[in-house]
Amino acid sequence: MSEVLTFKLILVFSIFGVTLLIAMYSTYLERKVAAFIQDRVGPDRAGPFGLLQPLADGVKMFMKEEIIPNVSNKFLFIVGPCVAMLTAIMAGVVIPWGGTLTINGTQYNLQIADLNIGILYIFGVVSIGVYGIMIGGWASNNKFSLLGAIRASAQMISYELAMGLSIIALIMITGTLSLQEIAAQQGGGVGSDWNMWNIVYQPIGFMIFIICAFAECNRMPFDLPETETELVGGYHTEYSSMKLGFYLFAEYINMFTSSAVMATLYFGGYNIPFINDLGLDPNVATILGTVFFFMKIGFFIFFFMWIRWTLPRFRYDQLMNLGWKILIPLAIANVAVTGLVMILMD
Amino acid sequence: MTLYAFYFISFLAVLSALMVVFSRNPIHSVLYLVITFFCVACHYLLLNAQFLAAVHVIVYAGAIMVLFLYVIMLLNLNKDDESQKSNLWKAGAVITSGLLLVVFVGALRGAEAESVSFASSNNTGLVKNLGRLLFNEFLLPFEIVSILLLAAMVGAVMLGKTHMKRAKEIAHEKNGRGSVASARGIGNIKELTK
Amino acid sequence: MTNTGLVDYLPILLMFLLAAGFVGVTMVVTHWLGPKRKTKVKLQSFECGIESKGNARQAFPIKYFLVAILFVLFDVEVIFMYPWAVNFKEFGIPGFIEMIVFIGLLLVGFFYIIKKKALEWED
Repeated sequence: MSEVLTFKLILVFSIFGVTLLIAMYSTYLERKVAAFIQDRVGPDRAGPFGLLQPLADGVKMFMKEEIIPNVSNKFLFIVGPCVAMLTAIMAGVVIPWGGTLTINGTQYNLQIADLNIGILYIFGVVSIGVYGIMIGGWASNNKFSLLGAIRASAQMISYELAMGLSIIALIMITGTLSLQEIAAQQGGGVGSDWNMWNIVYQPIGFMIFIICAFAECNRMPFDLPETETELVGGYHTEYSSMKLGFYLFAEYINMFTSSAVMATLYFGGYNIPFINDLGLDPNVATILGTVFFFMKIGFFIFFFMWIRWTLPRFRYDQLMNLGWKILIPLAIANVAVTGLVMILMD
Repeated sequence: MTLYAFYFISFLAVLSALMVVFSRNPIHSVLYLVITFFCVACHYLLLNAQFLAAVHVIVYAGAIMVLFLYVIMLLNLNKDDESQKSNLWKAGAVITSGLLLVVFVGALRGAEAESVSFASSNNTGLVKNLGRLLFNEFLLPFEIVSILLLAAMVGAVMLGKTHMKRAKEIAHEKNGRGSVASARGIGNIKELTK
Repeated sequence: MTNTGLVDYLPILLMFLLAAGFVGVTMVVTHWLGPKRKTKVKLQSFECGIESKGNARQAFPIKYFLVAILFVLFDVEVIFMYPWAVNFKEFGIPGFIEMIVFIGLLLVGFFYIIKKKALEWED
């Protein structure tokens, strides 16, 4: 028992560290990708290839003056970014980062918590994440912040619906809400236990899901809550120092988590096709799987950035029309078609 | 162990519920209510009703409280136009809630205290079992829920649309041609409830 | 501890404590490290350089409120679909028909909303 607990403790700390590290380097990657797409060099002063840039940014955030406007509601002004950061970190708890490791004859799961309601847990945490933005924007007592906060919350709740509906069709196939089981179902090698990744069965569901993930993270085609051209900084106009850092950081952590969720649900999670047929040591295979999983996540993070410099921003009425009048009916149709096909296949 | 957890969570729940009532800022009240809902969700977890716990967080803390926040933000929260209720209203509120309390106490007195098992053998609350129950024994209530939701939808749209229309008319009267900003359905509650 | 369900949630509590500790410590440290040179103008709310007029405690369009109400209703609907989806293979055709009836009634509401133009942002 205590051994398992120690392992969990190590896992909690390491995943916490890795999450922060990846979020930090996502900021670097974002600038490098932007530079690459726009044919520039990007950050290259701090350290070799500018690799120390995120550290410099972090220190800068820490050392900046903390400005809390006089007219704001001070307590809520501080609570807002804290909630945003907390929910961002907590969402990643249920993701299976790898298979099982066998140390001294005991099997350890590379997952912090294997809940049998894993997907719903993520939805719960995401739905709490709306408060961080709403409270922060409202507490600033600034018109731009308020507009940004209202836009953000209306956008997030609208796309949460389509996201929930797109998952339904996937659950009909998998028959479970546990992310560990969903990931395990997509593994296998040559022969009868060969399982396809869920993307093969649910291409439309995945498309709806990824669009909603962009909207939930307030990423580019859906970054109306913080449109620089019309709302200054959106809901974080009044924020400075680490409180602003938390909002920006939370966005990158959300991006990381949603990439991990997409990779788990639709792209086989930590599974590498045919890995079982290579005859590797199980521990080596597990570690390779985890590396592969992070590569998938990396690809999705890159995809997020790629889209940012490819698509222009939506207008607000277009955004709402897409969410309510296209994605929700499409997701319901997807559920119906999936059900029909599954019944006919029986 | 679970008993201590139960006491701790119950303490938190009651404390935050009291804070909902006593905090002066309505937004603080909403946040305390969210904490209360979290504690209730933890109680569901103690009873091994994991699905219900998740639903409680998603629907109550994540959806209904967002609606509450919207309502509070929709009203003006400036100090100067905070409407002071007369003593008659206050007395009425006290009497009504007192009556409700009497009803609750009366109902709970009659109920028999059943010992609840925290054991994991109680698996009714897991998604699969809950689904089986819902779609066999409780099928009719389930289908009726959809009619209820339909009625709620129609009601919300009716009310919302009337408000939008009236807000537009008021803006029209006020500005002659109707300024673009106010014509887009900015519902000033005060003018609408005249 | 016989309760297997609860043990799964213990690491979540650990993570929560760690995250809350990190957030709290960071907040305190950044408050302590940063310079404090407050002036009256700096602490005003930002309005692109011009003098700020009034405050942001204003009423906003009721459309957003309508979106929130409809979100709650549809959210409940989606939640009802989860227990069904998990058991879909077991329920088979009867279960499918039951859900079609349920969704059908809600789709009626959905079409009503669209016909009534409750979700139109341009008017």
